[in-house]
Amino acid sequence: MIEIRHLTRVYDGVPVVNDVSLTIGTGELAVLVGTSGSGKTTLLRMINRLVQPTSGQVLVEGVDTATLPAHLLRRRIGYAIQGHGLFPHRTVAQNIATVPRLLGWPRARIDARVDELLALFQLDPATFRNRMPHQLSGGQAQRVGVARALAAKPDLLLMDEPFGALDPLIRAKAQADLRAIQQKLGTTLILVTHDMQEAVDLGDRIAVMDGGRLLQYDHPARILTQPAAPFVRDLIGATDRPLRLLSLKTVGDLAQPGDAEGPAIPPEATLHDALAECLWTGRTALPVQGGGIVTLDALRAEARPR
Amino acid sequence: MPRLWPPAVLFAMIGLAGLALPLVQFKANRIVPGEGVGLAALPHGPWVMLGLGAALVLACPDRWPAVARLASAVAGLIAATLMLGMAASHLPPAGNSLARVAPASGFWLLVLAFGLMVADAVNRLRPSLALRWVMLAGAVALAAGILASGLLDGVSVMREYATRRDLFGREAQAHLALAFGSLGLALLAGIPLGIAIFQVRRWRGPVLGVLNILQTIPSLALFGMMIPVLGWVAATVPGATQAGVSGIGTFPALVALFLYSLLPVVSNTLAGLSGVPAPTREAAVGLGMTRAQVMAQVLLPLALPVLLAAVRIVLVQNIGLAVIAGLIGGGGFGTFVFQGLGQTAMDLVLLGALPTIALALVAGIALDLLVQGTRRGAA
Repeated sequence: MIEIRHLTRVYDGVPVVNDVSLTIGTGELAVLVGTSGSGKTTLLRMINRLVQPTSGQVLVEGVDTATLPAHLLRRRIGYAIQGHGLFPHRTVAQNIATVPRLLGWPRARIDARVDELLALFQLDPATFRNRMPHQLSGGQAQRVGVARALAAKPDLLLMDEPFGALDPLIRAKAQADLRAIQQKLGTTLILVTHDMQEAVDLGDRIAVMDGGRLLQYDHPARILTQPAAPFVRDLIGATDRPLRLLSLKTVGDLAQPGDAEGPAIPPEATLHDALAECLWTGRTALPVQGGGIVTLDALRAEARPR
Repeated sequence: MPRLWPPAVLFAMIGLAGLALPLVQFKANRIVPGEGVGLAALPHGPWVMLGLGAALVLACPDRWPAVARLASAVAGLIAATLMLGMAASHLPPAGNSLARVAPASGFWLLVLAFGLMVADAVNRLRPSLALRWVMLAGAVALAAGILASGLLDGVSVMREYATRRDLFGREAQAHLALAFGSLGLALLAGIPLGIAIFQVRRWRGPVLGVLNILQTIPSLALFGMMIPVLGWVAATVPGATQAGVSGIGTFPALVALFLYSLLPVVSNTLAGLSGVPAPTREAAVGLGMTRAQVMAQVLLPLALPVLLAAVRIVLVQNIGLAVIAGLIGGGGFGTFVFQGLGQTAMDLVLLGALPTIALALVAGIALDLLVQGTRRGAA
């Protein structure tokens, strides 16, 4: 569990992060979202003390991070950034092995861990182990960057705009992969983004920041239906609101008994996908693979705040 | 009319001018001016002339293959050199040990033309890095072989060498010691200084300012300034003389070369470190490296190509500048140059100048190849 207590950072008399408190449960994925200059990146960087807080505390599993030497703290916290920051003079394997090497793991354990991570990120170890970073595509480099951050099995992973440099198609796949891996490993993850859609798609909880202050910290559905401030509503975008709400639930959640015409939709598809399918094919109900249907009326009801 | 390769036309013009001018100078002794002797006046001279002229003209069309270009250029260099040696053994009357045969304008122009042709051909061939090393080693071995063969022993410079064989060895050592020693000292002091001003931004202006001023002092003046300054230090500071400090000799020469080397080393260290992308540096810190680990494992390895470029600049510069050490008794090839100037014996000047040029050329090419090697690893 990560507890952030009254965290403040002042630059030249101006607070960039202003008295922020929030708690992130173990295994949760929290997204810090806001415009540039909102303080979200500074808040993230205070957690691994790349930025020293002016006041306030960060507690990881009850331990005040200020009591540890900064470099030892950082070896326990995974860190991945936009543009991946891979070391250009080191191979993929050496890049991934960075933190285990700093921690003095034995050679055999490091090698096994590197191969395990490459396989986890769908990169064939034999092919990619000895590649140099400039030989990777953007998506591959991003995956290696995340693998490097996870190498020493950190309990907490911090990511600063990890998908910022990817094109939309690869980005969607990378987001889905990250979510799957995070759930599989049970890692607590804090991710910074300026993209509300990304926040809604990924976050168990979303922290909306503006002008250094935390405006709202809640589950995505509540952020969408009950925005706590006009700024939050603006960030969501009034036109996209119902569609984003639909993207939070799957067809399986809404399936009801019945029969319908046409090709079936998989139960793990989102309600957003189901609505699109209804509109495109002119149907009022879709059969769900494995039985049941999902109706346009039910979708309509889900797209409104209750 | 075939399409022409403009550089080759230029080389041909230089080379043909060289063929028209006297290849050697025949002098009654080592000091008096001599008379020029052309290639045509030597045995087999006209045939060699024809061959060299053909090699130069044939290379003009653009489609002439690069390998042929390289082969004919190397052959031209060897032929011109062998003709020089032949002239030296052929021209002086038997029993006359005072007469001298020195290379003249024609020889130098031929060397220039074919030397440029070699460089141009190598450029067009785009050989691999390994092959470039082999070519450099081959060129050095070829030159050493010709010198050792005795074919050039009659040439004036080699006769100056013959009477100073031991001295030449010592001065060569002194020259290398000056050039490499000052480089070593500059790296020892300059890299830490570069790291320091990289980390403390407000020191950059003052440090680079002082080094820039040092760099603008003319070399002769800097060597001259060392004499009173270090002389005073040696005379007043106890123990300084025992430690080797003196106004003239090796010490002031080493200090002057060291001071000239500092700016390239410090500024390239700074440039190399500053050139490391910010995300790379941030990742290193964020993953839990200490300051020293970030420097040793990430910043310095990535700055290495830029640092090696500084080593190249400094080494080539110092090999040349070390000649001036001869003026203040610092030893090195400059000793011959200044002795020769004093005696108006150009052959002796060449004995100092030619090895200096060869050394600078080889060091420059070797370090270029080294830089390319590290770039490839880092890129």
